[in-house]
Amino acid sequence: MSTEVTTTGKTPTSAPETTRGARVYRPFTDIVETPEGVNLIVEMPGVSAEDVDVTLENRVLTIRGTVKPTALENFELAHSEYGEGDFERAFTMSEDFDAGKIRAEVHNGVLNIALPRAAAAKPRKIAVKAA
Amino acid sequence: MLHPFYTDRRDPFALLHSMMRDFDGPRMAPGQPSFPAVNVWQGDDAVAITAEIPGVELSEIDISAKDNVLTISGERKEPQLPDTATWHRRERGAGRFSRAIRLPFKIDDSKVEARLANGVLRIAVGRPEADLPRKIEIKAA
Repeated sequence: MSTEVTTTGKTPTSAPETTRGARVYRPFTDIVETPEGVNLIVEMPGVSAEDVDVTLENRVLTIRGTVKPTALENFELAHSEYGEGDFERAFTMSEDFDAGKIRAEVHNGVLNIALPRAAAAKPRKIAVKAA
Repeated sequence: MLHPFYTDRRDPFALLHSMMRDFDGPRMAPGQPSFPAVNVWQGDDAVAITAEIPGVELSEIDISAKDNVLTISGERKEPQLPDTATWHRRERGAGRFSRAIRLPFKIDDSKVEARLANGVLRIAVGRPEADLPRKIEIKAA
């Protein structure tokens, strides 16, 4: 069976606004819970690893990606289906994440963030003994 | 009574324009954008196509040209996760995609160049010599 990619197109955010009037988009995000913690898969085409900014402050995880606009010399835009702009999105997390252990990497315009849960918050399995 | 199509009273041609938009392009279901979205750029001796395809590996992209149609197809794989993982939120799609773009000239395979950087695909298609405008000399009579 072949499934096709379905998309709703990029969604611009209403807030925050930029001072330059450039658009800010809300990146599509997949959130997955694993035994170690939470993984976020954030789609940010056109953003390289050095242009990503991830912060966790007061339970709010903020993801920012800066896009260098495509400027093709001697070319003019004839048909446009997508806009270009920075990406920004924030999530409120629970308190049990270890900010020092967050790992983030960018590959093919997709940001992968792994947030391990603090050791104390990991569920401990209690062995039940047969009496 | 407000006509459903005619909402902008300042623009008497709004209905006509919206009808024209419906006819423009091969989009089957209006409102559902096709993947990947493309931007087409025009230059003096080439046409450039850019498309956002985040999360697609280079090896999974296929670009082919036949006559004047350039086709971008491929597959976006589902993220690799352990079996114990549970989804909280799912906004990204996965699966196969295909997009055909008709250009106003016959594509010469040797003049197509494609690059993938940070999930953005850039294709440059050179216009064939025969298609370039020729300067016509005017003789003084």
